[in-house]
Amino acid sequence: MPRRLSILIAEDGAADRMLLAAIVRRQGHHVVTAANGAEAVELFERERPQLVLMDALMPVMDGFEAAQQIKQLAGNELVPIIFLTSLTENEALVRCLEAGGDDFIAKPYNPIILEAKIQAMHRLRRLQATVLEQRDLIGRRNQQLLDEQRAAKAIFDKVAHAGCLNAPNIRYRQSPRALFNGDLLLAAQAPAGRMFVLLGDFTGHGLPAAIGAMPLAETFYGMTAKGYSSNQILRDINAKLKLILPVEMFCCATFLDINLEQGILRVWNGGLPDGYLIKAVDGARLPLRSRHLPLGVREATSFDDTFETLPLAPGDRLLLLSDGLLESCNADDQLFGEQRLLAVLESNSDPATLFDDIQEALHDFHGQILDDLSLVEVSMIGEPGAVAPHPLHVYPLGSRELRPRDWSTCFELRPGSLRSADPLPMAMQLLLQISPLRYRVGTIFTVLTELYANAVEHGVLLLDSSIKSDAEGFASYYRERQRRLDALDEGFVSIEFTVRSEGAKGYLRIAVRDSGPGFDVQRALNQQYCSEYLGGRGLRMIRQLSERFYWQPDGKVLNVEFHWSGHA
Amino acid sequence: MAEHLDTSVLVTLQEVMEAEYPVLLDTFLVDSEERLRLLQAACRSGEAESLRQAAHSFKGSCSNMGAALLAELCREMEESARRDQLDEAPALIERIEREFAIVRILYRAERQRWGGPG
Repeated sequence: MPRRLSILIAEDGAADRMLLAAIVRRQGHHVVTAANGAEAVELFERERPQLVLMDALMPVMDGFEAAQQIKQLAGNELVPIIFLTSLTENEALVRCLEAGGDDFIAKPYNPIILEAKIQAMHRLRRLQATVLEQRDLIGRRNQQLLDEQRAAKAIFDKVAHAGCLNAPNIRYRQSPRALFNGDLLLAAQAPAGRMFVLLGDFTGHGLPAAIGAMPLAETFYGMTAKGYSSNQILRDINAKLKLILPVEMFCCATFLDINLEQGILRVWNGGLPDGYLIKAVDGARLPLRSRHLPLGVREATSFDDTFETLPLAPGDRLLLLSDGLLESCNADDQLFGEQRLLAVLESNSDPATLFDDIQEALHDFHGQILDDLSLVEVSMIGEPGAVAPHPLHVYPLGSRELRPRDWSTCFELRPGSLRSADPLPMAMQLLLQISPLRYRVGTIFTVLTELYANAVEHGVLLLDSSIKSDAEGFASYYRERQRRLDALDEGFVSIEFTVRSEGAKGYLRIAVRDSGPGFDVQRALNQQYCSEYLGGRGLRMIRQLSERFYWQPDGKVLNVEFHWSGHA
Repeated sequence: MAEHLDTSVLVTLQEVMEAEYPVLLDTFLVDSEERLRLLQAACRSGEAESLRQAAHSFKGSCSNMGAALLAELCREMEESARRDQLDEAPALIERIEREFAIVRILYRAERQRWGGPG
């Protein structure tokens, strides 16, 4: 495609200059002329022509010098220089090339050859310009992408670190780039002294994976803080991811619901490699197997939120890993693999160094730190209840207080609801409205959880907790609980909240009634004093945590009061 | 032996220059007188390289204008200067001067044919 160019002609011979300018003009180009090298450089600076026709031998400044200066002024832009010469000696042609000449044309001028050369140089020029443009465009896009990733990471960190990843009992390794590798680690203190941990691994990399992580984290923390059960949180996350992710994207994940006070670990693993529960007592290693499809695959109606229940004791350790760990290759293209991991676990003698041992094994295997794998260890340390205060009091952000404080309300749950509903989050929303008690809402939730579990399991389902005395009984207790709940066709649990206040003083009363035959509360309290079985805690704890704990003689209604006075 | 003027070149020049054709002829004659002086000066000074460059430039210019024999003489001059054979130079310069005198008459005729004296 011939195009009109602006062309500088530098030629000292007036007739040659005139002739050449006429030829080039006739071909449709814009021409500026110079009679020597110095003039040519000056004109180039002023007019910025796109191509130069340069005589080699000129007074004042010769063509070689002028060509060098023009090339320098042009910088990255390609300004082709065609030397006008009938030079026949190789030495002179070499000088032209060294000065930056792109082509030659000999006298006498042939208009056809001249135009062909000009167009060839123009194509070269356009090619160079396109390359530069694209280089700059790619550079800008890349910078933009990095900026966006930084911003996305900053936002995500605010959401992801809303939890308790920095708790003293959690150790993890995850690269700063993990978010864009699709790895995600969340941990939060849940009400009633529990801790929820979620390790997720999105299929795919880059921004799409990171974007999927946002609603997951938000749902996890938001619902945990509002007191939802781990099942409900998992269902919501699955439903949300199913809705927003494209079909080929999903999230392999392990959800840990850790309740050290009650000695219960609940695990849901969909698609991640085996995690491990390592018992402190005998070093036994219980695999936390994947038994489900990953999150975001199943419709809500067919999603299976069945957790496995395992006994948990102080000193136990939980280990989770993403498949980046097993599938990472070394320089010889070998996989790290499960066998190597198991060998490390096998040879470990001090559980406290396990995390470091695995890191060291990875480092030895690869000879470097890799950034596409996640490893997390949660240890069951400290006294039950000694965990950091959970962030419940910050939710809901900016809610208004309910006044005056003189009201009561009652929920009654019958079989259909006992099977599927969880009244506790709803109750929490209500209790958060009572500002003098807000700082104790975690405790109240613990007590409420205990009262409700007691009413359902012992009152309505008539289960005997003494069968929870060993790990096997533990599992069968929860299987039996589920079986009876599924079969339940009558019975109820009712929860009544009453709030009274006068001046600065007031109280909250929670009354829990169930349809069961009732029980001898005093005897149960005494019994629990000496009982050693797993999960034995219950009523005594309720008495310790509340201001008042009393019951009807028939044991069918338990009442608990929380009081406040003035400046709480 | 080359002709004094290559008529096919003159036809092309007319096409390219159109109305400017006589101006080009005038310019060439003025320019050539200057180049001839440079050639004579270089010859007198005995500097082979400046003689070579002057002959080279004059040759290019003559070839563009179709002064075929003059261009050929300049080429011979350039060659002997390159070989540093300055003893041949005075004779060659004389032949170039004579050829230029002929060419000048021919160009003036050509010019008059086009647009009368300038």
